[in-house]
Amino acid sequence: MANSSDDSNLGDESFNLTGVSGANFWFDQGFTRLVYFFAVITVAVLFLMSWVIFSEALPAIKQFGLGFLWGKDWDTGNQIFGALPYIYGTLVSSAIAILFAVPVGMAVALVTSENFLPTSLRTIVAFVVELIAAIPSVIIGLWAIFVFIPVLEPLQKWLANTFKWIPLFNTEDPSGTNMLTAGVILAIMILPTMAAISRDVLMAIPKELRSASMALGGTRWETIFRVLLPSGFSGIVSAAMLALGRALGETMAVTMLIGNSAQISASLLDPAYTIPSVLANEFAEAEPGLHIGALSYLGLILFGLTLAVNIGAVLLVKWVGRKNK
Amino acid sequence: MSGYIQSETDESLVTELCSPLPTERVIFTYAMNAIAFGFTGLALIPLLSILWEIFIRGISGLKSEMFVKAVIDNGFGNAILGTIIMVIIGSILSIPTGIMTGIFLAEFGQSNTIASLVRFITSILTGVPSIVVGVFAYGVIVLVTKGFSAIAGGFALAVIMLPVIILTTEESLKLIPTSQRLASAALGGTRFQTTFRIVVTTAIPGITTGILLAVARAAGETAPLIFTALFSLDWSEGLLSPTASLPVLIFNLYNDPDPEKSQLVWTTSIVLLGLILCVSIISRLVIRQRRIK
Repeated sequence: MANSSDDSNLGDESFNLTGVSGANFWFDQGFTRLVYFFAVITVAVLFLMSWVIFSEALPAIKQFGLGFLWGKDWDTGNQIFGALPYIYGTLVSSAIAILFAVPVGMAVALVTSENFLPTSLRTIVAFVVELIAAIPSVIIGLWAIFVFIPVLEPLQKWLANTFKWIPLFNTEDPSGTNMLTAGVILAIMILPTMAAISRDVLMAIPKELRSASMALGGTRWETIFRVLLPSGFSGIVSAAMLALGRALGETMAVTMLIGNSAQISASLLDPAYTIPSVLANEFAEAEPGLHIGALSYLGLILFGLTLAVNIGAVLLVKWVGRKNK
Repeated sequence: MSGYIQSETDESLVTELCSPLPTERVIFTYAMNAIAFGFTGLALIPLLSILWEIFIRGISGLKSEMFVKAVIDNGFGNAILGTIIMVIIGSILSIPTGIMTGIFLAEFGQSNTIASLVRFITSILTGVPSIVVGVFAYGVIVLVTKGFSAIAGGFALAVIMLPVIILTTEESLKLIPTSQRLASAALGGTRFQTTFRIVVTTAIPGITTGILLAVARAAGETAPLIFTALFSLDWSEGLLSPTASLPVLIFNLYNDPDPEKSQLVWTTSIVLLGLILCVSIISRLVIRQRRIK
């Protein structure tokens, strides 16, 4: 009796140990294909994005070629477009941001990764700093205009009056919206990136290195400067690069604060313009043709800039990871 | 032996060995402590100030009828609706793609070449400026449909949400122990059954928080919406017409001379910020707890 039931079981078509022909097999194959398909979509998004922006920019690329990069005029009426003031503004505002964000971000990373404070307090500080990343850019801009600029403006006026002989501050009666303000706000916005990644880098350094340095008589700060920072150097550099990528592409707050005037001026207290800002201000009303083309060309340049910085950072992280193994 | 004798004669060595740190090293330690804590305090000020100012300036104008009135009548009902619609469109497009790509990364190709390429592309996508995503959405949707629309805005938001969802899905799938997958496979589960009934089901809380994080990020995005969804003062006429959203409302009206409109901007900020901070604080806390385990 038992024997016969075994036989019927083995003879049953649906009971298939290898599962090459059952419904499940095809279902499984379909599922695998589907997963691959969606992964390909993700990859396609990036390539499609490059292609679409390139083809939008094509009229301007044909018209101006690479000369667009160092053209200084932006005249919508006469259809003359040059990118230099925007590239300059983007690079300089991001450089100011990095200048402020790196030391402050490192301080936050050190305070939250070393044992200065009890663990619970450290987590709270790290969490609160990371929260800045969640605040929409447009709200930071709003806050900066109505709260931060009134605080900063007297300081900038004082700088302009006292250090007029330094080209960096040579502006008559600066208004609150200028390159320096935008740079400082950008620094606030990229601070979470800088702090969080540097913190991860510092936490990943083996405890033995700290103990060894302390055992040789190093103080905490000597350990930090001579052991921790050198061994985490490349990680910290890539953190700064990722933060730089953020700063280059940041739009809303900068548009509200930089003064939107396409000029190249040595003074940081003069208004300036950035690539994302001009896109935000002009794209919606631009005429199809050369104007849209020029704006898309600017978008392409920005895309290329951030891509280069981000790929550099990712490759650096990978290279460091491989070296540590 | 001789060292002892020497140290007895050499007073300075004794004092150096017995005394605490030399003065300059002590000063250095204290100075660096002060700098580090000073900078950290400085980093906390903006956030606290933003929260405080938005709350103080926005709370007084908050009235319940604002939620049902359009911007033209000093409400933000149409902007809330627009934001919700565009985030929903973005979610419909990005959640399936993101979760499937996350599954691909965590389950199918942990370390093969295609997987590392996809992972690389994803991390590159994270760094693409949102305004560039807007230019992309403009080319793909606005130029094709010949008009600014909620769909174009939703598409742009989808591109922004995608990498966030992929990375959090991958992270939360990686946390599921391999023994569970083996157990399912040993019981005869196919790859589909193992992945969906065991792995994804267990990881649902993690994936959900990732999605919430992406939604919070998308809801606050302004740049890609300015020239894809544009803005409208009144209720939107449909998915293919210009649509208002909360962030663009703030950007368009922030220097409006009308005091009622500037009050509206602050009130909108408090609603938007409250929404985003609630979602992202909750999801961050959940993600953090899982990671610590």
